[in-house]
Amino acid sequence: MPEVTTPALELMSVTKSFGSFLAVDDLDLTIPAGSFFALLGPSGCGKTTTLRMVAGLEQPTSGTVCIGGRDVTGDRAHRRPVNTVFQSYALFPHLTIADNVAFGLRRRRQHDVDAKVKEALDLVELGHLGERKPTQLSGGQAQRVALARAIVNRPELLLLDEPLGALDLKLRRQMQLELKRIQTEVGLTFVHVTHDQEEAMTMADTVAVMNKGKIEQMGPPEELYSRPHTAFVANFLGQSNLAPGQVVGREGDLLLVTVGGATVKVPVDRAVATTGSVLVGVRPEKIGLLIEGQEPSPNHNVVGPGIVTDVSFTGVSTQYQVEVEHLGTFGVFSQNLLGGATVTLGTKVRLAWSQEFTFGLDGDQDAAEGAADLDAEP
Amino acid sequence: MSLLAGLGAGGGGPAPKERARGAGHRWLLAPGLVYLTVFFIVPVGALLATSLYVPVPGGELGQYQPALHWQNYVDALSQFWPQLVRSFVFAAIATLACLAIGYPMAYVIAVRARGRSLLQGLLLVLVIAPFFTSFILRTIAWKQILADEGPVVAALRFVHLLPPDGRLTATAFAVVCGLTYNFLPFMVLPVYASLERLDPRMLEAGADLYASPVTTFRTVTWPLSLPGVVGGTLLVFIPAAGDYVNSSLLGNNTNTAMIGQVIDARFFKVLDYPTASALSVVLMAAILLLVAGYVRRAGTEDLL
Ligand SMILES: Nc1ncnc2c1ncn2[C@@H]1O[C@H](COP(=O)(O)OP(=O)(O)OP(=O)(O)O)[C@@H](O)[C@H]1O
Ligand SMILES: [Mg+2]
Repeated sequence: MPEVTTPALELMSVTKSFGSFLAVDDLDLTIPAGSFFALLGPSGCGKTTTLRMVAGLEQPTSGTVCIGGRDVTGDRAHRRPVNTVFQSYALFPHLTIADNVAFGLRRRRQHDVDAKVKEALDLVELGHLGERKPTQLSGGQAQRVALARAIVNRPELLLLDEPLGALDLKLRRQMQLELKRIQTEVGLTFVHVTHDQEEAMTMADTVAVMNKGKIEQMGPPEELYSRPHTAFVANFLGQSNLAPGQVVGREGDLLLVTVGGATVKVPVDRAVATTGSVLVGVRPEKIGLLIEGQEPSPNHNVVGPGIVTDVSFTGVSTQYQVEVEHLGTFGVFSQNLLGGATVTLGTKVRLAWSQEFTFGLDGDQDAAEGAADLDAEP
Repeated sequence: MSLLAGLGAGGGGPAPKERARGAGHRWLLAPGLVYLTVFFIVPVGALLATSLYVPVPGGELGQYQPALHWQNYVDALSQFWPQLVRSFVFAAIATLACLAIGYPMAYVIAVRARGRSLLQGLLLVLVIAPFFTSFILRTIAWKQILADEGPVVAALRFVHLLPPDGRLTATAFAVVCGLTYNFLPFMVLPVYASLERLDPRMLEAGADLYASPVTTFRTVTWPLSLPGVVGGTLLVFIPAAGDYVNSSLLGNNTNTAMIGQVIDARFFKVLDYPTASALSVVLMAAILLLVAGYVRRAGTEDLL
């Protein structure tokens, strides 16, 4: 990876409002050159709008956009060293696939256009369709042409607006690898918008979770996953169990928090709030179930007892739902290391997890914010 | 026919598959076929026959008898080829002028005023408004506007674009102006229909791929509006080439006469039916050839 000198992209207090609606709200963002940056967030949170302001297709209401250290806020789109893979593909219907891909190269009077076009089309496995028109392609093929059309230009900054959304799983994985390879080989900077959190986490060095026009949290995927800063991030990136509690004291590097009747310990450096009401969080796969008579290991937090209300076997793991009085339902993922489910429906269990996996969030937010609404999923 | 069908649907045209599937609905064509047989095929047949007639020997003026006198064509052409050529030149200039004036109009209405449907509607009504009064009346009005003592001539003389004794009426300029004016809506409407369907995201994609606004226009907007341009140029050129109203009212009968005017005169003043018919047939054939060549070169058959 190249030495970090000037950031590839810098947004400073960028705001975009449509009438009275704030689509992007005072956004600050710095993306180092050569990095793979993923922008993750629910539909309508302002991802596309942010990319459009970077590309120059939308003028920010206020704020500054710098690309490669140069203020481009007032520059027209065609003067910016940026290419976009549009969410809607936006292929030119009057041009063949090959001419679509060659469009940017021709505008900049590049040499070896044909060879570069062929290489780009081969990359997305469409080398044989160069003479077709966009209307003669399937959705996934059109999406790959859009990808080739942008990548072939090797821009300083490539903006990808859900570039793999229409592809099947196998092709998507393959394209992910290709994208990652091109990005590291050529040292380009990618800003990748996606709904797919797995895609974001596997591909990106930095993930930003966006919500309602703001970036909630930004960092390496591991950090975002293990130390979310808001309930939204905790729920949107993976699943979380969040229980309301009160900070009652401190014991060295640990906060003491009462949750339901129990007292749990939260490492201070993993807590966003250290006084008053907090949300205590833990990831489902970190929790172990204790049946009657089993004692927790040392340095474990324990809540419960609760009743197992659902057991679903998924192969690699078993997912339990445990109803704990006053605290609500906890999800628990248990790896099937020793065969199938070890606890049956209706069993009375306690929940235990290592203190170091506990995180603490500010107490005055909705614990369910950002959680997948299971009824609304297709 | 595909041209008109394409214009009606905004240039989209039915898919070939649908055409094949429509085989069971052939009777839908019946009214059109009857109409065309009565009002197109029969007159054209009559025209072709008449163009080969010869005068009744010793007969009165305007009396002819059936024959196969091909010499009519040779005579008509050798006498009236300047008017024929002039018709096409005038029509071509008027078509280009219509395009130059009409395309920006259509562009503003379709692209710039996009999303403001009230403004779009108003502008479109303004484009068609001239049709509310008669073609002849409007051309006579032009005669007044361009008259020697009129304001246009006065203004042009004042800025020395026209010599002090220069005039506009009875010049080729006036005829071409009249043609341009009268056929302008036929250019604006099809081009508007094409541009209206232009996806603004195409323009954004162009800008994103380093094309300046001018280049984006040249490489994206213009090619995507070609069906409208081809439709518009045909709708202007064809009637303009055969027009006789503008050249009669705004021209001077000698060096501005167009072929339509000649045919009119041959038919109704000199009663020389065979020559008039021969000229009509030649005009029709020439237009057909030109249009076929043009559509082919424009390469938009599949777009129409
Ligand atoms: N031109 C516009 N006029 C008014 N509102 C707009 C406009 N463009 C976007 N918006 C609004 O701004 C918000 C953000 O839109 P944006 O397209 O950035 O969402 P997104 O995060 O890309 O969503 P998705 O994941 O569904 O693509 C949405 O609520 C949208 O309705
Ligand atoms: Mg979007």
